Amino acid sequence: MTDALDAKAPDHQTAKAPPSAGKLALKVDNLSKTFPIGGGLFSKAKAGVRAVRPVSFEVPEGETLGIVGESGCGKSTFARMLVGLLEPTTGHIEIAGKALDNADPAAFGRLIQYMFQDPISSLNPRKTIRQIMEAPLKLLHGMDKPQRDARISEIFASVNLREEFLERYPHEFSGGQAQRIGIARALAASPEIIILDEPVSALDVSVQAQVLNLMARLKAEFGLTYLFISHDLAVVEAVSDRIMVLYFGSVVEIGRAENVFSAPKHPYTKLLAGSAPVVGRPLTAPESAAAELPDPLNPPPGCPFAGRCPRVTEECRKEEPPLVAMGEDHFAACFHPL
Amino acid sequence: MTAFLKLLFRNRLAAMGAVVLSIILVLAILTPVLPLQDPNITNTGDRFARPFTEGYLLGADHLGRDQLSRLLHGTRTSLMVGAIAAFLAAFFGSAIGIISGYFGKRTDNILMRLIDMLMAFPYILLALAIVAALGTGLINALIAVAAVNIPFFARNIRGITVGLSHREFVDAARLAGKGHIRIILTEVLPNVLPVIVIAMSTTVGWMILETAGLSFLGLGSQPPDSDLGSMLGQAKDHFTTHPHTSIIPGIMIFLIVMSVNLLGDGVRDALDPRLRSGALSRPLPVTNVAKDRNVPAEDTSANAALLDIQELETQFHVGDRIYEAVGKVSLSVKPGECLGIIGESGSGKSVTALSVTGLVASPPGVITGGAVRLEGDDLLAAKYEKLRSVRGNRIAYIFQDPLSTLHPLYTVGDQLVEAIRVHDSRVSKSAARARALELMKQVRIPNAESRLGNYPHEMSGGMRQRVGIAMSLANEPDIIIADEPTTALDVTVQAQILALLNDLRRERGLAIIFITHDFGVVAQLCDRVAVMYAGRIVEEGPTQAVLDAPAHPYTKRLIACVPELGGGRRELAAIPGLPPVVNDLPPGCHFAARCDKCQPECKVGYIALEGNEKRTVRCIHPEEALA
Repeated sequence: MTDALDAKAPDHQTAKAPPSAGKLALKVDNLSKTFPIGGGLFSKAKAGVRAVRPVSFEVPEGETLGIVGESGCGKSTFARMLVGLLEPTTGHIEIAGKALDNADPAAFGRLIQYMFQDPISSLNPRKTIRQIMEAPLKLLHGMDKPQRDARISEIFASVNLREEFLERYPHEFSGGQAQRIGIARALAASPEIIILDEPVSALDVSVQAQVLNLMARLKAEFGLTYLFISHDLAVVEAVSDRIMVLYFGSVVEIGRAENVFSAPKHPYTKLLAGSAPVVGRPLTAPESAAAELPDPLNPPPGCPFAGRCPRVTEECRKEEPPLVAMGEDHFAACFHPL
Repeated sequence: MTAFLKLLFRNRLAAMGAVVLSIILVLAILTPVLPLQDPNITNTGDRFARPFTEGYLLGADHLGRDQLSRLLHGTRTSLMVGAIAAFLAAFFGSAIGIISGYFGKRTDNILMRLIDMLMAFPYILLALAIVAALGTGLINALIAVAAVNIPFFARNIRGITVGLSHREFVDAARLAGKGHIRIILTEVLPNVLPVIVIAMSTTVGWMILETAGLSFLGLGSQPPDSDLGSMLGQAKDHFTTHPHTSIIPGIMIFLIVMSVNLLGDGVRDALDPRLRSGALSRPLPVTNVAKDRNVPAEDTSANAALLDIQELETQFHVGDRIYEAVGKVSLSVKPGECLGIIGESGSGKSVTALSVTGLVASPPGVITGGAVRLEGDDLLAAKYEKLRSVRGNRIAYIFQDPLSTLHPLYTVGDQLVEAIRVHDSRVSKSAARARALELMKQVRIPNAESRLGNYPHEMSGGMRQRVGIAMSLANEPDIIIADEPTTALDVTVQAQILALLNDLRRERGLAIIFITHDFGVVAQLCDRVAVMYAGRIVEEGPTQAVLDAPAHPYTKRLIACVPELGGGRRELAAIPGLPPVVNDLPPGCHFAARCDKCQPECKVGYIALEGNEKRTVRCIHPEEALA
């Protein structure tokens, strides 16, 4: 079914963690997802949309890996595969040395948790906060009632929430409080890794920083590893150790946070960094208005960015560039890096 | 619960239904203990006794049985059968609906096609067929009525479950280790239960009627037992000679069904959150303006602004609470100028913008003070016709989400043509179309010609926002009010849209009021900026000056909260606490509770916006002396 698509699959390098990093929290090998299109009761699904092209990388324990990309780049699909909510089409996921090959959220739940973008809609409106908090403790860790109560008190103290909130319902909370409840729920599962999917984009800036700083403290306190997904480049840069840039389902660049936007290798990363509104920079359209994302149903051959790239050559339109090392801890998928 | 009952009984018809139904219910429950004759004792001597004769309050039927006793026993049976049928239909229908909606894909496909097959037969025919297959009898009639009503529940509940099962809290429950059955029972079911109750309350009357119908045809209850339907069936032969034997059960059926339906509709309305919040009550075309508002004098100086908002006050009156969303806001723009309004959610920036042309929903919104002068004319005093011609023609809006402002069923070309022709009907269709094409080109939509035929959902977010801008430009307005137009867009698209707005203002001398929460955007686009907090402007001045040397502590700390690209990894500054709720604003400075420079005098009295021609600040202890 995907023969034609796979024929020219590039030979990506694994974006390895630096050797000094110590134990690995997450190892992803050749992970990809293709969604079938069509397919009814009697007809077989036809070829699909490649939401995530094969990706391989490693995240050492205690790191925050930022993941940036624009809408439709596959970052949410990617995150849902990592927590087992979506079965990958190909590839392997290994968390803290344990291979997770069947998409079973309960098995994933003890190792990796997800914090959702919309703080209110991720809490069931008809349950009290206590009921929401108890589920992972009971089902993932089999704790009895006194153990659960003790653990909930402990977590609530860590995220600066009063225990009287436990008997209330989600609609009674502000966005910032609801997001802290979301963190508390993720912590209750005692995972190794938490995926933060746009955790502060629904919040006001003055509250955003409160939540981000709290998360930084919790990371140290509980020895966590974060995957931080956001479209806000400045926020990602401020909280991450390394940053991975996604475009059209592929990793185009991955490197140290301080280098990725200040010294990008891939033209797309440069475009992103150049588009972010910055105080004191004059307003210019960074590219022509005709530029649009490629059509996912009918992906162009070669580099998906070719249609928007100022450095494009014939080669780019024919072959997909592989992700290769370019300097220390820096990988990019480009034939003509900057 | 008490709130629900209050809401329910505010509906007079529902209250009436509730009263009638409870009387009937009480009678039906008490039937066995009431001093009644045995309903099945025949006394042919008294056949067709008239009502109010000795010993027969409601007369007797063709076998001389007491009508009152038979009526109450029949009512009991009918109510019981109807309720059980409704419960069975709701149970099985909802189970199918939830399973189908939750699992989706093939399960959904197969279950729904089965339901379709059930629906393909006329329901009465289906009920007859079921009774024919199972044999006559009350229980079989009950099964038939329940089966016939399953599709109604299944389809309703499936629709709601599909929406719910894609919500994030379901994903969260899976990650908390819950299995499918547990998720269905503890996460999905509590959320669909109100809908099931509503559906049941509106169908139970219908099911009583259907059971009575089957009994009427002799397929339901068998003699000597009877329900209301079979009473009618037995009486129909004597209708012309002894009408009371048919009229009395007929009235009872009517009362039951009517009261159940009235109550059911009342329950539905009271439980529906949209109706509760008043969303379905149509807002007025223009925001209410208080008659006794103070109108500031017009600025008649030579350099008067194009649009001058003077001491605008907008409030929301909800119940007995008053939310002061906008408190004495004064702003102005000149032609070709771009004014930024920056603030967090709830700061009143959008309400200010909507108040300008009376677009704040009323009720609950009321403009209680101030004036909005467009070249001297006070728009708040204007009639609706005048405001309508101003909206879109002179002052146009661009909103955050173009998908919700564009009509999904018309092509963008048709919508542009309509926007042009609604303000000037003399323009011919072809001329309007040519103008629409020109507008699409102006906002740099590639392949404008072919894009005219696109529906909104066929375009990307950036392209849709361009259409939104083209729409706002359709009638060459003087002022564009853009409310977070780029917040929902990707950064690369945002940069294009901002550059486009900037070009348009330079080319056409447009005045732009740009509402945002992003300092980067303000810095790049706006000449002047006003910072709002809890309904008031706390600082205003030229963008560069405000950003370089913010005078209000809130502005300074808000800027510090926003990380800037290129700064590397760092601890972010935060402002502790939350903005105050605008229905209970403290005296003095609204920011005092979160301010680290707060002094006792900050928490008393009214602190005015002070300063010079260029810059103003509302603070007793500003960060910088104003230059």
